[in-house]
Amino acid sequence: MITILETSALNTVQDLGRPGYRNLGVGSSGVMDPVALQVGNILLANQPGDACIELQTYPFVLRFETATSFTVTGIDADITLDGRPVLPWSVETAAAGQVVRVGPPRKGARGYVCVAGGIDVPVVLGSRSTQLRGGFGGMDGRPLEAGDTLTIAADSTLVSGYGACPPSAIMDDLGDSSDGRVINLRAIPATDYALFTPESHERLWTAEWRITPQSNRVGYRLSGEALRLHHPIELRSYGIVPGIVQVPPAGEPIVQLADANTAGGYPRIATVIEADLWRLGQARIGARIRFHECSHQQGVAAMDPIRSYLDNLRMMVTHYRKSAQRRNGAKSGDKA
Amino acid sequence: MNTDLTRETKRSAGIAPTISMIGTRAMLFEAPGEFTMAQQRRIWALMEAAQARPDVQELIPGVTNLMLVFSQPPEQPQAVADWLRHAWETLPERHIEGRLFEIGVRYGGALGEDLAAVAAHAGLSAQDVISIHHGSEYTVCAIGSAPGFGYLHGLDPRIATPRKAVPSLRMLAGTVTIGGAQAGISALTGPNGWNSIGYTEICQFDPHRTPPALFAIGDRIRFYPESIEL
Repeated sequence: MITILETSALNTVQDLGRPGYRNLGVGSSGVMDPVALQVGNILLANQPGDACIELQTYPFVLRFETATSFTVTGIDADITLDGRPVLPWSVETAAAGQVVRVGPPRKGARGYVCVAGGIDVPVVLGSRSTQLRGGFGGMDGRPLEAGDTLTIAADSTLVSGYGACPPSAIMDDLGDSSDGRVINLRAIPATDYALFTPESHERLWTAEWRITPQSNRVGYRLSGEALRLHHPIELRSYGIVPGIVQVPPAGEPIVQLADANTAGGYPRIATVIEADLWRLGQARIGARIRFHECSHQQGVAAMDPIRSYLDNLRMMVTHYRKSAQRRNGAKSGDKA
Repeated sequence: MNTDLTRETKRSAGIAPTISMIGTRAMLFEAPGEFTMAQQRRIWALMEAAQARPDVQELIPGVTNLMLVFSQPPEQPQAVADWLRHAWETLPERHIEGRLFEIGVRYGGALGEDLAAVAAHAGLSAQDVISIHHGSEYTVCAIGSAPGFGYLHGLDPRIATPRKAVPSLRMLAGTVTIGGAQAGISALTGPNGWNSIGYTEICQFDPHRTPPALFAIGDRIRFYPESIEL
């Protein structure tokens, strides 16, 4: 079991999301950085869909009431276990009563506290993700509060002392900017692309768009010179998926994300490809974005590096855990 | 090339559907022309046909449109688009024999505070707006936006009212509303730009209920006045 000692309003229990209920008006929810959660679950030999705590505000402090292996992925930050520094992206074992503190990130925006066995809140409509709008899933449909206790699904294996290379270190941001100040995202032109002026097309692909403070898990509002349609259009409500870039009448785009409504009515200029959504999930308010046009085939192929990164990690973790368990087994055998 | 031209001509003439990819894993089919129940019933027919496709993970019917979410990105989106176009042209309308809900409304008062504004916009008395509102039968066209929220078709055009310039900050779930040419019952408590004319105590969505949404596509709704406060 875990007790939350310190948190603020925006930290929630999430898993890979709740697909399959958009036709009932229920958005997918789920982590904003699915790569980081998958890394955490692979490191801990969890199921891919096991739930974690998604952090958006810091510091976050929790106490393990039982001995547990855990990892914090997604960010680079000062993390301590009873005051001793531990590394992000690596597996540690906490003894019962030990306290983990996650400080504000140096890199990235959203941290993922993953525990061996996964966070065990009730599964609602096929997922443990918090659906904030609907008020269900996760911890009673609400963000975590100090004093909350969370159950961990039973797992007795305590293996630690290994970790993963962060995906950002392995998978190059495709862009030319190596200083990391601009986040490069690939996007495919969407339904209403042709209805925008040529100047707006040019601007979409060349401008640096700033992520405004009105950005959250629902979507990121970007600021920059307005994108214009040839003529105003009225659209009927249509389905929304994460990544879709809408342009409201004022002309500044919104990228819809994990907690987006299931239906919308603004013109759609483009969609950020699925393979790049995790980069957006780690983008901070104030950061700048550049969109790069890509084709369907390029968008599909872009998932390959993520898949092979996760496959390699899975293989290495399996090897490491097997040999660690053999060593541990041999030790207890020696004693007997 | 020739067929593309024909298609483009048909589209600009408003008689051919628009099909587009939303990222690599979703495709949006939009019916041409104005909203009619007949077009909506063709969307339902398309939805039913698409349900049988093994590559489809989710189907999201909207107002005269349908979004398909695939479990894997399609290798040939064009082939899926052709299939949709053919199905659209050949399938008969799908008449859904929905259930009839009779819903009691407390019209006016603090929970229907925009009744006077709707009446003023329509140039009618508040009493007339109420009579016209519960005089029609409504059909659930699509569910979306919020969990369980039904887009209701059937509003008498005389009381159609544009959305409010300044949304209510905390409209209660269960508020009976008018947004443009559509009617609805708000599904969540929160900010809302539709005009409130009354209130009903129904729960449109409960994740622990089967099915979780009270309304389904094709259901019909009749309102009746439980009380009126002018």
